Amino acid sequence: MKPVLRRLRAELFATPADAVLSTGLIAVLSLAAFGFLRWAFTQAQWAVIRVNSTLFAVGRYPVEEQWRLWLLLWLLFAATGLSWGVLRSHPRPDRSGVLWPRNDRIAATLLVVLGLWRPAAMGLSLSIQARWWGLVALLLLVRWLAGRFGPRFGPLGLRLVALMWPVLYLVGMVLISGGLGLVAVSPSEWGGLLLTLLASSFAILLCFPIGVLLALGRRSDLPLLRWGSVLYIEFIRGAPLITLLFLGQNILGFLLPGGLAPDRIWRAAWVLTFFAAAYLAEAVRSGLAAVPRGQLEAARSLGLSYPKALQHVVLPQALRVALPAMVGQFISLLQDTTLLSLIGLLELLGTARTVMANPAFLGKNAEVYLTLAVLFWCCCAALGLGSRALERRLDPHAVPSAT
Amino acid sequence: MSKARLLALAALFGLVGCASGNEAPGSPTMAKIRERGRLVCAVDGAVPGFSTVGPGGAFVGIDADFCRAVAAAVLGDATKVEFRPVTAGERFVALSSGEVDLLSISSTHTLSRDAPGGNALSFGPVFFYDGQGVMVPKASGIRRLRDLAGKPICVESGTNTELNLADRMRELGVAYQPLRFQSGEQAYPAYEQGRCAAITSDSSLLAAKRSGFKDPAAHGLLPELLSKEPSAKVTVQADPAWADAVRWVSHTLVQAEESGLTQANVETRRAAARKDSSQAEQRRFLGIEGDFGRQLGLPADFTVQVVKAVGNYGELFERHLGPATPLGLERGLNRLWTAGGLHIAPPFR
Repeated sequence: MKPVLRRLRAELFATPADAVLSTGLIAVLSLAAFGFLRWAFTQAQWAVIRVNSTLFAVGRYPVEEQWRLWLLLWLLFAATGLSWGVLRSHPRPDRSGVLWPRNDRIAATLLVVLGLWRPAAMGLSLSIQARWWGLVALLLLVRWLAGRFGPRFGPLGLRLVALMWPVLYLVGMVLISGGLGLVAVSPSEWGGLLLTLLASSFAILLCFPIGVLLALGRRSDLPLLRWGSVLYIEFIRGAPLITLLFLGQNILGFLLPGGLAPDRIWRAAWVLTFFAAAYLAEAVRSGLAAVPRGQLEAARSLGLSYPKALQHVVLPQALRVALPAMVGQFISLLQDTTLLSLIGLLELLGTARTVMANPAFLGKNAEVYLTLAVLFWCCCAALGLGSRALERRLDPHAVPSAT
Repeated sequence: MSKARLLALAALFGLVGCASGNEAPGSPTMAKIRERGRLVCAVDGAVPGFSTVGPGGAFVGIDADFCRAVAAAVLGDATKVEFRPVTAGERFVALSSGEVDLLSISSTHTLSRDAPGGNALSFGPVFFYDGQGVMVPKASGIRRLRDLAGKPICVESGTNTELNLADRMRELGVAYQPLRFQSGEQAYPAYEQGRCAAITSDSSLLAAKRSGFKDPAAHGLLPELLSKEPSAKVTVQADPAWADAVRWVSHTLVQAEESGLTQANVETRRAAARKDSSQAEQRRFLGIEGDFGRQLGLPADFTVQVVKAVGNYGELFERHLGPATPLGLERGLNRLWTAGGLHIAPPFR
């Protein structure tokens, strides 16, 4: 305790002026925190979230088909556990092969606490609560199994895990939209968190290859390709996203013959994709600029073809440099999906608007917005954490350590 | 490109003079609806009592129920509706581009929206009589607009509401301080915290927002209205047959209330009217005599389908807006003409 006190004193109460400033700030902050907690626990009426929890999660998805989303959730949890365990069993260079490092123990504890407490606090029915317990148990079980037996499969296991995610994405699309013997669920019935995640993940996955191609195009020696890329990037960057979304929603119906225009959710998702691709291209271009020209020349002089040199030498370095900027782009893309509410789609913010207009829940704006903020923060934090883990894993200068 | 689409395109650019007069007995929009098996109906989705999404995912509200009534009339099934939430800004474009068949959104009927040289839209009969009102705290002692002299008034910027307020206050020669907000989500909390002496918007919306206040009874509406806002259901002008069908679905709701037909009793009343040939008016309305449904391109018993699906106008009002709901709106001008209101249906004959 002593060193802590000493440090506090040195940092907060070194001089009388410091002491006054610190006391004042601490008083204001604790007052604000107290006010917030009092509101959250005594005045706020969380019924608006409890009653509408399904709406916030999946929007107007038909009740009798919701088992498909649950199935997808089970698959996602299992896949997460599997990837987590396999990654731990193949330690990155700066880590020893500890199967349950401290961060993982904290994460597992958090998961268990959240899984037990959150559904109960939301007042969900016992069967739904049990499902969440099952999901958390499954995740941890698979994580343990994969960590325990992962090394037996060697590098093949890692590759299989990497392959599993795209396959799972396609399976998820089929489960959500129907087809292959499942009843089709029209995109107009998707909503809430489901739509937010779907639109943003679709745009993130697709804008990446498009953005890389555009960045390469902009640095190409072929004038047509170069000017085409420049024109595209500058046009998209010169137009606000909301105008492009309006354009996609309202003008595409005129331009394409009847019935050919894709559903408006897909139109919005494509607009998001093309929009993000332009910005991503610039992030990738900055990464390409950071790779010394000598790298490409050396690769070419070793006999690699131009595409091979790009693929094996230039792009891996460029993307590593551009990764933080790209993830920043992804996070802002996730938040840009809230603009979909302005074109009448019921994603998270759109759902919130309609819930706040429900005569039974009028005036409950604070509760709804706070919930929204927490949900968005969780999604963005997950992206940020993932990217930092990836950065560390890709860091060529990582020093093996004994922690 | 289908004909409906071409017509809609022409309508958007205000080119339609006398397109598609009498040559087609049916309506392209109605044919399209029958072909796809459902009505695509635009609702706002975030107006209390008019259209919101309930916890189960179903659209609730008087506007949503009007969509169901039209689906019941055209397709005989009130569930065959695809609700399309659109925002106020894009509603007319969504309609003219053929994205939706019908706007069931509180849209004030104005000349420029109606005229072929303006938006070239077709408005049904007035479905809801609203007006711009002013809400004040009851304790403030403000009783008339004149009492607001020199006081701050909360208003949403860039809206008709803001212009109406400025117009009326200039007329009265009353100086006031407009406190402009980007959206209602900011304006109402500001009013409730006492940053302005009054707030102005459509009366129905004011009443709705008031019901979400901490102490709703402490706020009241001034007796004066700043504007009239008669809102109606909207279709494209290029398809008059479809506009007529929607118009008479709206009339059906009002006539049913006048005739005492409700969701619960319409079947028994029809059975009674079948046997009793002296109830001529009832028999015409319920499609037992005459071919009024066919003349509109609708089934003969479309009125029965409508009332069975959603009830009459009075029932709709009570269910979504009336005193029994959290909104607690008075019917006021929205009473039937027989009760001192403005709703009247032309004869079904």
